Amino acid sequence: MSLIIDIEKTLGNFSLDVHFKAENEVLGLLGASGSGKTMTLKCIAGVITPDRGHIELDSQVLFDSEKKINLSPQKRRVGLLFQNYALFPNMTVWQNIRTGLLRDHMGRASADAAVKDIIEKLRLTGLEKHKPWQLSGGQQQRTALARILISAPQIILLDEPLSALDSCLRWEVETQLSDILAEYGKTVILVSHDRDEIYRLCSRASAMTGGCAGQPVPVEEMFERPSSISEALLSGCKNISRARRLTSRTLLAQDWGTVLKTDREIPENLCGVGLHATDLCPSWSGKNENSIRCHIEKRISDPLYDIYLLRPQSGDWPEGEDHFKTISNLPQAEDSASSRLLRMDCPKNSSQPFSKEQELTVSMPCQKLMFFT
Amino acid sequence: MDWYPLWNSLRVAAISCVIVFFTGIFAAYYISRLGRVVKGILDVILTLPMVLPPTVVGYLLLLVLGPKHPVGAFFLDFLNIRLVMTWYAGIFAAVAVSFPLMYRTARGAFESFDMTLAYSGQTLGLSNTYIFWRVRMPACRQGILAGTVLSFARSLGEYGATSMLAGYTPGRTATISTTVYQLWRTNDEGMAFRWVLVNLAISAVVLLAVNLLERKEK
Repeated sequence: MSLIIDIEKTLGNFSLDVHFKAENEVLGLLGASGSGKTMTLKCIAGVITPDRGHIELDSQVLFDSEKKINLSPQKRRVGLLFQNYALFPNMTVWQNIRTGLLRDHMGRASADAAVKDIIEKLRLTGLEKHKPWQLSGGQQQRTALARILISAPQIILLDEPLSALDSCLRWEVETQLSDILAEYGKTVILVSHDRDEIYRLCSRASAMTGGCAGQPVPVEEMFERPSSISEALLSGCKNISRARRLTSRTLLAQDWGTVLKTDREIPENLCGVGLHATDLCPSWSGKNENSIRCHIEKRISDPLYDIYLLRPQSGDWPEGEDHFKTISNLPQAEDSASSRLLRMDCPKNSSQPFSKEQELTVSMPCQKLMFFT
Repeated sequence: MDWYPLWNSLRVAAISCVIVFFTGIFAAYYISRLGRVVKGILDVILTLPMVLPPTVVGYLLLLVLGPKHPVGAFFLDFLNIRLVMTWYAGIFAAVAVSFPLMYRTARGAFESFDMTLAYSGQTLGLSNTYIFWRVRMPACRQGILAGTVLSFARSLGEYGATSMLAGYTPGRTATISTTVYQLWRTNDEGMAFRWVLVNLAISAVVLLAVNLLERKEK
């Protein structure tokens, strides 16, 4: 079981350029809204036709612009779970699920048995006669999943499966979803803007920005060692600076106005450096490497962390350097004042909270620095 | 009292309503998927009868269907069928003026239809015909019902184009609206008033039926 996709599509001034290969796994596509995630899924399902390229599922060609192959969505056996679940509002739960079997022209008795079976499996018993609007978000999702599973798809695509649910339901539904996906056992592509969801549900993931999807990497790698600024941003890295390699072990972090030492070889084509907010720590906690003096701009209290926004006080602020302009995809690049603030998350109760307007020396542990190229 | 106008009016309105129901829906469905320019042009042409005076519509129809004009002459000479001044000429008039109402309301309903329903149906392997009749139509039911009622009412009340195409021949082409006018013109106010009551009754029944249907839905 595998999916090979290599497609391009232009729509207005948005262009989609996606190529990756998915095996028997839950593959995540992580991207902000408008990055082309849903469009990618629609192309695989066949409800949108790409301009160019090739889509292959289990060595069956679904789409090939050169060979003029374009299977109808009905023939592709791709199960697509829409963000709003797309249950037919005029049909009951039973009828909705039953539509998943119409393709296979099954006899009435065996079809009824199959519907009954999947209803029990997805714990929808007792809701057979309900209309979609009478169901909770989780029940709607299970109905939509049942309808897809019963149609025996070769691949399942999930478009933001949890974002339509309110937060107290989400965790429960997510656990059930991961069980269902584990039992399904074939290729699943899950699209989300939520990095935690991707981390928990997927084995590998690819970051999507501006219509382009990167090569899928194991989720641990993507979160601990993101290789590009866009990946780092998506994976939730809060401290990112443009950077330039000085020697094999030192670099200039331009937005923080400081030179940092590292414990490993710096790539030649370095363009940025990052550090998770939880890895930044006050320097008196025993770590003194790469310390910077900062001014505390703001303190925000979170249930688990005290979050500090710090302005680096280093002397030489390489303000007007041309090199700054070479990286354009930094967050809030136009708002340079706030993008230069460092974020430090200190676990609650681990230390006396610092007060606002105080000066503080923080340390950037060299083994935690992430290099972007 | 001669009940022919009632029977003729209902017959004309019902037949034209059925014709308009299907043609309006299919025109709306296919036109809503066309490109902007073609859509704009077709839209203007198909909606024009709604804003033109009915007598102008009648005149234009006579230009095509009249015995001295191409289509009318063809039917008369080769098939010996007269298209105007017959009871069914009223159908042509009713269809022409009520079609835009069905077309416009159906198109509005189709355009607000959630396409993810159709997409998910396709990925589940449902045929496009199934999706059209079992998913799209029920989802757009409100708009289509409204369009049907509007066009039925419009057909029933049609006067201008009908009087030009079908004329007024008692017992042959008379409809309620042409009869009311004739009776009033000939100073038979009592009979005219009776027909007005009949028309009021039909309209009230239709609206009541729609309300009941809508309540049943909920």
